[in-house]
Amino acid sequence: MKLLSHIFPHPQLTLLLTAVWMLLANSLSLNSLLFGLFLGIVIPAITRPYWPNRPQLRNWPMIAEYLLVVLWDIVMANIAVARIILFKRDADRQPVWICVPLDLRSPEAITVLAGTITMTPGTLTADLSAKGHNLLVHCLDAPDPDAVRDEIKNRYERRLKEIFE
Amino acid sequence: MTAIAEPLIAFFLIVSGIFGFVGSFGLLKLGDPMSRMHAPTKATTLGVGGVLLASILHSVAIEKHLSLHELLITLFLFLTAPITAHFIAKWHIHRHETPQSLPRAGDDVIWATHDTPEQEDGDAA
Repeated sequence: MKLLSHIFPHPQLTLLLTAVWMLLANSLSLNSLLFGLFLGIVIPAITRPYWPNRPQLRNWPMIAEYLLVVLWDIVMANIAVARIILFKRDADRQPVWICVPLDLRSPEAITVLAGTITMTPGTLTADLSAKGHNLLVHCLDAPDPDAVRDEIKNRYERRLKEIFE
Repeated sequence: MTAIAEPLIAFFLIVSGIFGFVGSFGLLKLGDPMSRMHAPTKATTLGVGGVLLASILHSVAIEKHLSLHELLITLFLFLTAPITAHFIAKWHIHRHETPQSLPRAGDDVIWATHDTPEQEDGDAA
């Protein structure tokens, strides 16, 4: 078991790299599968010293749910932001900074949350607090900053907590 | 098959065109630098997403072979776009914000960008 975890420090990364290679090659041949597996074994082994802790991913259905929720939110938020840009006078817009206190502690989970906030239009992660317990988020137009904070915590952070912790 | 696929492909291309335009227009219209950064995130999500969906549909329905490496573009964009935005935001905080102009960082009091030795001395004084 110890030997196995030495060869495959990040088994999910191995699978992901193989899939990425096969998509890059854009073919389902044995050739690209073998070379993808080769890369998937070599790259995690080489980068292991820089990423010693194996992130625990559990709750795979939740990962699918999270992706669907994020995709849906991206579409809806795009429309909302397009409306703000096209039809709202710049003076009426209320841009604010908000502070989102984090319950997440794993660095991978916080990275995913920060990336999600940036990719959903209308909110943008700007900074992390000094000890990493809060996120600084910029909102394009938020008449009610508390509602934005609660939505981030309920929609994204709660699900990420179930996935990573 | 092509009769259904062609309008769909056209629809996705138009959607991505509209959001690409709104993203660029937002860059011009919005007043402050932090708000201006919101516009490109739109162009990279629905703007690029629409073109990629159209491309996948085109290769499946019209060229009759499955091509999924468009998904990789989405993956790489989602990995890199937040990092670029984060760097620009950090530049903005360094140049234009003080610890007083930002909301208090909860229990940690200060944000990481301002957490430099000189700044801490300045705050204590």
